[in-house]
Amino acid sequence: MTALRAWVRNGFDRAERVLDRAFGPDWNPLAQLGPIGWFLFWTVAVSGIYLFIFFDTGVTQAYASIEWLTKDHWWHAGIARSLHRYASDLMVVVMFLHLAREWAMDRYRGKRWFSWLTGVFVIWFVYLSGITGYWLVWDRLAQYVAMITTELLDTLGIFAEPIARNFLSPQSLSSRFFTLMVFLHIAIPLLLLLLMWIHIQRITEARTKPPRGLAAITLGSLVAGSLILPATSQGPADLASLPQSLGIDWFLLSLYPVIESVPAGAIWAGVLVFTLLLAGLPWLPRRREGAAAEVFLDHCNGCSRCVADCPYAAITLVPRSDGLPFTHEVEVNADRCVSCGICMGSCPSSTPFRRSGPLITGIDLPDRPLAEVRAEVIEAAAALEGMPGRVMTLACAHGAAAEAAPGRVVLPCVAMAPPSLIDFIISRDLADGVAVAGCAERDCFNRFGVAWTRARFERSRDPYLRQRVPRERVLTVWAGPTETVRLQKELGSFTSRLGAMPAFAGARSLDAEETAPAETEAAK
Amino acid sequence: MTARTDWRGRGRHLALGGALSLVVVLAAAALSAWPAWQSLPPDTALLRLSFTHSGVRNCRDRTEEELAKLPPNMRNSQICDRRRAPVRVEMDVDGQTVIAADLPPSGLAGSGPSRIYRRVELPAGSYHLTLRMRDDPSVAGFTQEAAFDIDLSPAESLAVDFDATTGRFFLH
Ligand code: HEM
Ligand code: SF4
Ligand code: SF4
Repeated sequence: MTALRAWVRNGFDRAERVLDRAFGPDWNPLAQLGPIGWFLFWTVAVSGIYLFIFFDTGVTQAYASIEWLTKDHWWHAGIARSLHRYASDLMVVVMFLHLAREWAMDRYRGKRWFSWLTGVFVIWFVYLSGITGYWLVWDRLAQYVAMITTELLDTLGIFAEPIARNFLSPQSLSSRFFTLMVFLHIAIPLLLLLLMWIHIQRITEARTKPPRGLAAITLGSLVAGSLILPATSQGPADLASLPQSLGIDWFLLSLYPVIESVPAGAIWAGVLVFTLLLAGLPWLPRRREGAAAEVFLDHCNGCSRCVADCPYAAITLVPRSDGLPFTHEVEVNADRCVSCGICMGSCPSSTPFRRSGPLITGIDLPDRPLAEVRAEVIEAAAALEGMPGRVMTLACAHGAAAEAAPGRVVLPCVAMAPPSLIDFIISRDLADGVAVAGCAERDCFNRFGVAWTRARFERSRDPYLRQRVPRERVLTVWAGPTETVRLQKELGSFTSRLGAMPAFAGARSLDAEETAPAETEAAK
Repeated sequence: MTARTDWRGRGRHLALGGALSLVVVLAAAALSAWPAWQSLPPDTALLRLSFTHSGVRNCRDRTEEELAKLPPNMRNSQICDRRRAPVRVEMDVDGQTVIAADLPPSGLAGSGPSRIYRRVELPAGSYHLTLRMRDDPSVAGFTQEAAFDIDLSPAESLAVDFDATTGRFFLH
């Protein structure tokens, strides 16, 4: 499983590097699948509402009204029809790519199970929306969909009379059934929207809008595609005969040929097993995550920076409980915390500069406390001693620098490192420069690691990287798992640049008090 | 968090990304109606036998004593099971039996009608259909019978139904 996952993840990384070049990292569609899914949903919704203006909801007139808007009014309603169909088709593609990518990046297990599980229900509502939609055209394909669907449903034996009887012959066709389909084709997409909204409830500031440029590209290509290959019907439905050969929408209706070819029992069992397996994937096996972040009230002033920075809405601001003169404190919801450490990096109390005593911050990871990170940094510095151009690398566990190496400290996320740690490394002469190596810039494993690190270094988001830190001694490398060559090259030239510089004048060595092993809160 | 879009210098991305996206949309458009699926083999027609019909209930006459025990307004002379009898149906095509089934009553108590929906795919051509049904197990032989001569053209869909009010099989 892990080997397969790594293989798929590297495949995504390689494909995404190509798209980085075509679209630019910020518009890379593979890094924006969720937002594109939302954008496609709205495209389908708006074009659907527009189509409804011209659609005749009676079973005998439905086909004619769609022919009219496709042919006579191709330049607005016809385009809306094609947009409606192709955006739905792309939604299926985007949905499964998104599913595969979240799986490959291992962002679906452990505390992240919620988005995955709710996503599984989204799949079925996308399909049901599409199937009811094709029904409304009431052409040969619709007739086929109606017959196969009702025959399959009848095998459940839950209806008083076989509902497939509605499609026996022209005489048996009932407009009541058609009206039910019109209703379902509005109700099911509304439920889909509700599910999509639930899907992102445990994600801070979920991206439901693609960047404008990407939205423009998506809509533009959809409109162009609709003009080049407009969607058409397949002849009016006629229950006195059967469609023999049919153009199938292989995105939304690919199950129909299968339903025709295998026994109904196998279909129901297949659907059930597929759904249960997919839904159970986050627990097969469960991901082992570190303990949830812990708050140390003596060092928390309730500034709420950690609340704003947590990518998974795991921290909430609550009224002060310990009598200190602040209005608020924070509370961690352990069920949501993925132990990324970003909160520790954002807390103003997280500073490695210390005279004596234990090193405690406002919010910390019990399994990887700040004191330990500081000790690791000091240890890593020893490995660099004597080299020309000593580069200390602060890396994340998901990018090109995830492997252990001399002079490298691998963290759950680069944004776990408080900016003061970089100041500390350079000003205490632990290295000549610091390289921060995180995920590829298009998308971070912990969602905001790249963005927050950049903003802190640019001094546009607290906590700032202090002005006194010489910027020529700080390098950031955003590189995915398959970009080790580029990483090595950038680190290499950074090393030579640093080697050519005179020693940093603002640096001094650690004094004895500073090197004394720090007590952690746990050790106390 | 969404920064203002800076469109300057993005012409290359708009063009390249747009071209790639258009290819994806066109591929999706093509696959939305192609390749075709052969649902019914050529020169084949479909015959469907479907109806709902209730089997009889098993009833007996009440004895004089039983009737006397009941309040006057509930003195039905017969007492019946809730459960209905299964319906036996058989269909022959040119003398060959293609459907022969005992259709159980529907509903948890078996008090509902029996139902059938069966497909028979046939090469186009002329056929002689015979139908037999028994809705009362106490009857020897069959309670309803019918025969039809049909002529099926390719892709034709023909339904054999049963009208409970007239008690007759019919085609539509
Ligand atoms: C068309 C349907 C879908 C849409 C529109 C959609 C949309 C989204 C969005 C907007 C996000 C937040 C991304 C972010 O801001 O970082 C997200 C996250 C996620 N989605 Fe979906 N999704 C869909 C279907 C699915 C399906 C079918 C699955 C899997 C069964 C799935 C699994 C996930 C997971 C695991 C995450 C969380 C990623 C993380 O923890 O960072 N989604 N989705
Ligand atoms: S470690 Fe901190 S930032 Fe990360 S999920 Fe947990 S509470 Fe949120
Ligand atoms: S960032 Fe630190 S001080 Fe601010 S609220 Fe969070 S724990 Fe408290």
